[in-house]
Amino acid sequence: MADAHKEPNYIGVFWWLLALTILEIAVIYVPMARMIIVILLIGLALSKAALVGLYFMHLKFERLTLGLIALTPLFLCIFLILMISPDIHP
Amino acid sequence: MSEAAVMHAAVEPAESPLTPESWGKLGMWVFLAGDAMSFGGLIVGYGILRNGSSNWPVPSHVLGINLTAFMTFLLICSSVTMVLSLSAIKRGDQSGLKKFLFLTVLGGAAFLGLQVYEWTHLIERGMTITGNPFGAALFGTTFFVLTGFHGCHVFGGVVYLSCVLVQALRGRFGEQHHNEVEIAGLYWHFVDLVWILIFTFVYLV
Repeated sequence: MADAHKEPNYIGVFWWLLALTILEIAVIYVPMARMIIVILLIGLALSKAALVGLYFMHLKFERLTLGLIALTPLFLCIFLILMISPDIHP
Repeated sequence: MSEAAVMHAAVEPAESPLTPESWGKLGMWVFLAGDAMSFGGLIVGYGILRNGSSNWPVPSHVLGINLTAFMTFLLICSSVTMVLSLSAIKRGDQSGLKKFLFLTVLGGAAFLGLQVYEWTHLIERGMTITGNPFGAALFGTTFFVLTGFHGCHVFGGVVYLSCVLVQALRGRFGEQHHNEVEIAGLYWHFVDLVWILIFTFVYLV
């Protein structure tokens, strides 16, 4: 049960989110290959989303099945990308 | 207990199998999963259209990154105050619940105000849902649809949290009764989580 767990350090999570946001903004000004910047930005965004989901939404302390329900849209997105990408003609 | 009542109890479990705290919490999770699919479809559609365009503008050259970075900061802060309000009521701290809920509503309202300012500024520069002077017409379309859909969620969240705040002011919640606060919090954190992704994909990438 979610209420039974020890309360996470919410202020610590806040500082992590803030640091990752500053890092994201810094990344776009660093002279690097565009592909590397995009990969870094997606990695940082997913890390921030995971922090919010795991600690603020308490998924870390919930049952695994609930976590799988929460992840379902991500699978849908991957499916959509794989299905539609072949139709891109720039 | 009547025979019908015994049969009914056998068919319908008393507590939710995934969220023993309440059925409402499971309901909110299922709603959020569906809502996330809507956002996921829009974000993937945005990515596909952008990849297929040869004259897509560089977002950081057109959109105000500093302003939206501050808006991101505001939503993260309001997520923290939301989780602190739940933490307060779990300890039975009524004044903490009211104070942090009020700050959360304030953060959401400030976010909306800044979004109105940003939209007004962009529209004045000629960016509309059908075209813009910066490049591909779909740049404006996808921008307004994505940020507008999210803005509607923030507006809904501000109204929802205001209702929870009114209930808190009436003393409806307590140490053992705070499910409604937790469920409202799930919605608000989801709105924050989606903005984190929109900020990256629409403004930074």
